Amino acid sequence: MKVTVRKFDAVIVGAGGAGLRAAIQLSEAGLKTAVLSKVFPTRSHTVAAQGGVAASLGNSEEDHWHWHMYDTVKGSDWLGDQDAIEFMCKKANEVVIELEHYGMPFDRLDNGRIYQRPFGGHMSNFGEKPVRRSCAAADRTGHAMLHAMYQRNVKANTQFFVEWLALDLIRDAEGDVLGVTAMEMETGDLYAFHAKATIFATGGAGRIYYSSTNAFINTGDGAGMAARAGIPLEDMEFWQFHPTGVAGAGVLITEGVRGEGGILRNSAGERFMERYAPNAKDLASRDVVSRAMVTEINEGRGCGPNKDFVLLDITHLPPETIMKRLPGIHEIALQFAGVDALREPIPVVPTCHYQMGGIPTNFKGQVVVPGKRSQNEIVPGFYAAGECACASVHGANRLGTNSLLDLLVFGKSAGESAVDEMKQSPKPHKELPADAFDRTLERLHRLNTQKDGASVHETQLDMQRTMQKHAGVFRFADLLKQGVQKIIEVQKDVERTEIKDKSKVFNTARVEALELDNLIEVAVATMVSAEARKESRGAHVRDDAPDTPERPDGRDDVNWLKHSLWFKDANRLEYKSVTLRPLTVETIALKKRAY
Amino acid sequence: MTKRILKFNIYRYDPDVDRKPYMQDIEVEVDATDRKLLDALVKLKAKDDSIAFRRSCREGVCGSDGMNINGTNGLACLADLSTFPDGKTIVLRPLPGLPVIRDLIVDMTQFFKQYHSIKPYLINNDPLPERERLQSPEEREELNGLYECILCACCSTACPTFWWNPDKFVGPAGLLAAYRFIADTRDQATNERLDNLEDPYRLFRCHTIMNCVEVCPKGLNPTKAIGKIKDMMVRRII
Repeated sequence: MKVTVRKFDAVIVGAGGAGLRAAIQLSEAGLKTAVLSKVFPTRSHTVAAQGGVAASLGNSEEDHWHWHMYDTVKGSDWLGDQDAIEFMCKKANEVVIELEHYGMPFDRLDNGRIYQRPFGGHMSNFGEKPVRRSCAAADRTGHAMLHAMYQRNVKANTQFFVEWLALDLIRDAEGDVLGVTAMEMETGDLYAFHAKATIFATGGAGRIYYSSTNAFINTGDGAGMAARAGIPLEDMEFWQFHPTGVAGAGVLITEGVRGEGGILRNSAGERFMERYAPNAKDLASRDVVSRAMVTEINEGRGCGPNKDFVLLDITHLPPETIMKRLPGIHEIALQFAGVDALREPIPVVPTCHYQMGGIPTNFKGQVVVPGKRSQNEIVPGFYAAGECACASVHGANRLGTNSLLDLLVFGKSAGESAVDEMKQSPKPHKELPADAFDRTLERLHRLNTQKDGASVHETQLDMQRTMQKHAGVFRFADLLKQGVQKIIEVQKDVERTEIKDKSKVFNTARVEALELDNLIEVAVATMVSAEARKESRGAHVRDDAPDTPERPDGRDDVNWLKHSLWFKDANRLEYKSVTLRPLTVETIALKKRAY
Repeated sequence: MTKRILKFNIYRYDPDVDRKPYMQDIEVEVDATDRKLLDALVKLKAKDDSIAFRRSCREGVCGSDGMNINGTNGLACLADLSTFPDGKTIVLRPLPGLPVIRDLIVDMTQFFKQYHSIKPYLINNDPLPERERLQSPEEREELNGLYECILCACCSTACPTFWWNPDKFVGPAGLLAAYRFIADTRDQATNERLDNLEDPYRLFRCHTIMNCVEVCPKGLNPTKAIGKIKDMMVRRII
């Protein structure tokens, strides 16, 4: 197989929010940049974000980035790095205003400023009461944002490679990153993008679970490529289960519904969140709400013939509010639950939604790995941002609206870091090593010649069911232990998947098989990291780490206040300390989380 | 709905092996958890992995899976299986009027070229204010029904004028986008945008057939937007 080499200053993999934001930075700096995306940019999954992007603009009431920082640290269950969190919360106003300047159609207040709504876990005055911090465009914020950023890139003449699938990371003997290999889907031809800076913005891998709000394309391609190239994945045991996926369909219903006044009810019609979070109620943090829902269902207070969902009720809201602020939700409820949300409550269940962990980076978007000198040594030429990266701002649990903020802030800072590096110390391209394409060629050769192999579809289902059963909302020591064995079994099938269709032109069977190679790395990383973490924290709650007076909520700060680093090589785990020291303010001290 | 057999008649073409396109009959069993046409297509692909189609969000917001379903353009992820009568074959073809790359996958180059031709970005040359530019709720409401477009191309590929002149006529999706910027109080390029459309083909080839309105999966109305641009053109001359 022939591999054609193309040279660029920078290559960005992924054209969702983070990739497009980074691309604006590089294109406007005049660098020769290639943006690779396996789908047309506006089809990226950022498009499905609904409720808003957090920024302490204070348009409706007093707000402060420091309060936002406090909420984010608390939301992360203190696993987030406080330097990165301060950086993100401080930058929020700047990046949201930039978006407005790009033309994003935010909803407006009567005084003409950007409309803001309350969201789970966002409070004023260090946890006192809910605050309106989420900047929204109806319930289509992600769509409006992604289109506005694509449009800005059109203006900046960014060079896109649409429907190109990145396959593997290229590293030389010194560990420097020199680009990626990729396949043009329309022709099936292979290329290498040789670059001084490689930025991964490939999104999450929510498709490792059976029930997921995520798009088909969320297959963890960046995480898989990084893992195969020896880069560890950080905090992969932490997955967010969004409280309100449509029961059965998995489609997301924004937390903005509860921000606008929606209420969760059990089979008795009770507003059960009052018992679990007396202060924030339905607007408690997502992990808290999801666990409350599963507890209600497990204790027999679920709704429907099988008592396996709860109800999200907005029938008490004025119809004008629903049609103005939540038109998309009205549409989704009709389409995927068959209910008219103006009149009937929507059946919902906690559904896999977001990957808190990912490729380890610092707050400049530079990928960092443990080395001889420090636990955070920069990998030259490699950057990551958005859901595929772990900065880490979300720690053990992400707050709603912080994902869109994450991709803006770190997309921009990864872009800036790459520009600075190239402008301040200009260097020619490092030479590609002789084995630059070997991994890619081996994978493709294996797939093209596999006989009596495993079905891609069935193997993927096996993986998804295993993850769902063994690493769900609540986790059990024995199930996790079995889960590790099972997922390693599934991995063996992934190594022998077979496609019947061997053609070249737009072969989506081949694409799906190659995506599964990435998904399985994430699935194994998740299960192994989760089995090993013997405490409860944020979204990771185990039966053998219960709430006790010595360890409230089962959190064990003495032994487990640290980031997991999973290496593909022998499923090795290392740990690194959490950065508790912010950039300028005082550390937000450890305490029990309560909403 | 319990288990049910669905019959399909699908447009197939793989330039690697097929001398010309053909229609393939194929059946698939679906169950109660399969609600939408896309769910059935995913099962079909598990049966025959050579069937190629685009898909991503499966909730009608990314615009990937536009196709021609029983003669009408729509998104597979929003087409409810319960609306297809039992026993009746479902005919699937690629979106009409664009070159086919393979099976249900069309080459959308021409469609996006037209979208790009209207300068689909905000133009405002004032110095950037420190805070957001102000816009009243009423001014913002003018963008409703315009900004929600998902670029699925169902409309443009249902438009006879676009079929005949895909290189000259902007098409409903592109014109909707043009009006989205004209209608935005923050945009300063209305005249330039109208100049850009002042041409026998680009705008005026719309004959208000309104196929675009009928097929739009987001319930948008490109014809209305086109009418408003035409009005502005006329008023500009008077």
